[in-house]
Amino acid sequence: MRQHWKRLADGVELAVNQTDKFKTGLLGVTLTIPLDADTATAGALIPEVLGRGSRNYPDMEKLSAAADALYGASLGPAVRQRGESQCVSFLCSFIDDRYALDGSAVLEPAAKLMGEVLLDPVLQDGVFRRGYVESEGANLADRIQARVNDKRSWAIFRLIQEMCTGEAYAVDKLGNADQAKAMKPEELWAAYRSLLSGAKVNFYYGGGAQPERVEDAVRHAFAPLLTGRDAPVCCQVIAEPRGPVRTVTDAMDVTQGKLAMGFRTGGITVESEDYPVLLVCNTLFGAGANSRLFLNVREKMSLCYYASSALDKLKGLMVVSSGVEFAQFDRAQEAILEQLEEIRRGRFTAEELNAAIRTVSGDLRGRQDSQGQMEDDRLTGLLFHCAAGEGEALAQAVERVTARQVAEVAQKLKLDTIYRLTGKEG
Amino acid sequence: MDKLEYTALGQTVHHCVLPNGLNIYVDVRPEYGKQFAFFATRYGGMDLRFRGEDDDWMETPAGVAHFLEHKTFDTQDGNALQIMAANGTDPNAFTSCAMTGYYFDGVRGFEENLRTLLSFVSVPWFTQESVDKEQGIIAQEIRMYEDDPGYRAYTGMLKAMYIHHSVRTRIVGTVESISHITADTLYQCHRAFYRPGNMVLCAAGNIDPRRVADIAREVLPDAPASIAVTDHGGQEPVEVGEKFARQIMPVSIPMFALGFKGTPAAGGAGLRQRLVAELVCDVLFSPSAPLYNHLYEQGMLNGSFGSSYYAFPGCAWIMAEGESREPERVRDEVLKEAARLGTEGIDQALWDRLKNAAYGSMVRHLNSMEDTCIELAEAHFNGEDYLSFPQVFQSIDRADGEALLREWCVEERTVLSVIEPEE
Repeated sequence: MRQHWKRLADGVELAVNQTDKFKTGLLGVTLTIPLDADTATAGALIPEVLGRGSRNYPDMEKLSAAADALYGASLGPAVRQRGESQCVSFLCSFIDDRYALDGSAVLEPAAKLMGEVLLDPVLQDGVFRRGYVESEGANLADRIQARVNDKRSWAIFRLIQEMCTGEAYAVDKLGNADQAKAMKPEELWAAYRSLLSGAKVNFYYGGGAQPERVEDAVRHAFAPLLTGRDAPVCCQVIAEPRGPVRTVTDAMDVTQGKLAMGFRTGGITVESEDYPVLLVCNTLFGAGANSRLFLNVREKMSLCYYASSALDKLKGLMVVSSGVEFAQFDRAQEAILEQLEEIRRGRFTAEELNAAIRTVSGDLRGRQDSQGQMEDDRLTGLLFHCAAGEGEALAQAVERVTARQVAEVAQKLKLDTIYRLTGKEG
Repeated sequence: MDKLEYTALGQTVHHCVLPNGLNIYVDVRPEYGKQFAFFATRYGGMDLRFRGEDDDWMETPAGVAHFLEHKTFDTQDGNALQIMAANGTDPNAFTSCAMTGYYFDGVRGFEENLRTLLSFVSVPWFTQESVDKEQGIIAQEIRMYEDDPGYRAYTGMLKAMYIHHSVRTRIVGTVESISHITADTLYQCHRAFYRPGNMVLCAAGNIDPRRVADIAREVLPDAPASIAVTDHGGQEPVEVGEKFARQIMPVSIPMFALGFKGTPAAGGAGLRQRLVAELVCDVLFSPSAPLYNHLYEQGMLNGSFGSSYYAFPGCAWIMAEGESREPERVRDEVLKEAARLGTEGIDQALWDRLKNAAYGSMVRHLNSMEDTCIELAEAHFNGEDYLSFPQVFQSIDRADGEALLREWCVEERTVLSVIEPEE
């Protein structure tokens, strides 16, 4: 694989991962703005409304038909949170020209279709169609309200809201349900215009085409977007909890309890020298089948059906997520903290450390086999000027991590907030 | 090994059958960094009643195949999961209605991990103590599923659709049913189904196919063995058992699973039926077809909506699932549109476009070694050649879709399963 990068204007970049290994190409355009309660709803709603129709393909049926004709090119909006930024994307996956039944090029028409969807929407009275804004606003509100349906992710979501109150990080990337329902076409249109002119713009292509061909296709399809802009991307990192550990409990009609615990990483993020150590520490503690949480808390002690930890590498957080019986909340919590304490004291074997290192380095290298993960890593790497897009270099750094470093980093992990989701009659 | 070339797809698959009956497929991908292996048995959640050679019929509790999957990782020396995880791989397993599969991927130590995979799956080691402990873990897993409204809508739909066929039983069983599982049950099921002749090994990545076959020969038993016969229940009528099923759960919007009971494909025609049935799903439910847009614009559906085709021995169905404040109206509109298309015919341009899109989507699927290996394994169990799909597509036309619509998408074959919010 060969990586290319080019600045097309100030704040507008094109990154290409050129490789023949996939059957498909992936073209993405991402507009990044600060995550903010005032603009998040519009940011999440804009791509949904754009996805309803362009001037040339004014409804979903015609738009999907155009994508179907391109061998089922999948053109989808994505709203992602990266640190304290909201990334509004359109991603289009389409088969490589080699597999087109009639041998025609697919990249250029796919880029053209994306450009039309993003930049040339169907209008009514000079703004978005009222009906589209209303129905997508209602759908977005439904999606926000439906977060509660998946209790596992709901517990993590609630933990973050409680733990990061007052930080931009706690703002829901989907925005607010009431705002979504009340959104007016004029208001959304203004937000759209300022998104186009002010957001950081990242184009990405992964696939077999030459970078020059990709650049031509992008310049043709997205010309109005190639204007200079000043769009810094940042994320506030809070190294230590601001007070004693807080416990928050909600009761709902569930049969299984959820226990989520949030830690601050002492300021270690993807940009830190210690980041490879943090990756290994998290894996040893709670990620994967060889982790302490899996082996001890789940398997040996049978305290949880699942128990795992995950990092936010940009914000400097580690979150433990587990499913427990109501009667076991205290024991499970103790057992989880006890495992971390063991790591802090260096009480783990060389085999455990090596297994964690192999898992992390293998995962980093394996991400090169997935087009979606490659896009995600490259985007994060470019937005935050960090090593996320450089899997091999990071994997090598991980392989040099020592036991002592892991214990030291574990000592920096500070419990901030605990969230419990319990039953109604518990 | 035989070398199967699929030039239209740029794929090469190596295949052989060992003397013990094991089929091996290797999809060689020199440019990939990871290697992947998938070892599966034709045995799943619906295989509850079976008979080995010279044995009596045996009835097993619901959930036993899934329970066995959990316990298969146990070895006399400990647990294969940790052995493999220590080697930097990511082993896992799943149990479907008709298959149990074990797999790993990783960027190193492929041969060693393959040996471990073949060994722990083929050599059973169960103790009553570990079975007792697992009952607690799986009971938790079952409770977790019970809190998942999508799962409840789906299982409620199947239970209403089928009267006799054991596919109506939940794969994981119930807390009650798994309490009857003993170490002995697991040994009996393992003996009946975990035999090379009833299994398939699929691998992909930058690997030497001959080494895969050599390792399988070294690790697995040499002698062929007979395979258990399964019974999935009495003769199933074409009509559904119940047309409506309703459950109450804490959801924000009602969720539904809308099922159409199909006719199982004749032997060797499974891939063709799948492609036709998936196209029928698209004709009815794709965003580029008229009905979906009508329902969406009326606010009867939102973005969380999907449809698919399912087929296992002795059963097949189409299911659409999503969220709607008016699931009954969605069902009525779908039936109306299916009747219209069955008589007036499917628009030719729409059909051609959907076929194009379906082909592209299957090509895209091949990016994933995992998906490809699982497809190869399923197709093998069904006696199909998965990668022949470009040719099968060419043999299908809209009359096939119209015939399926007329036969399946009718009121007596329809189930609506709804999860309603609490008052």
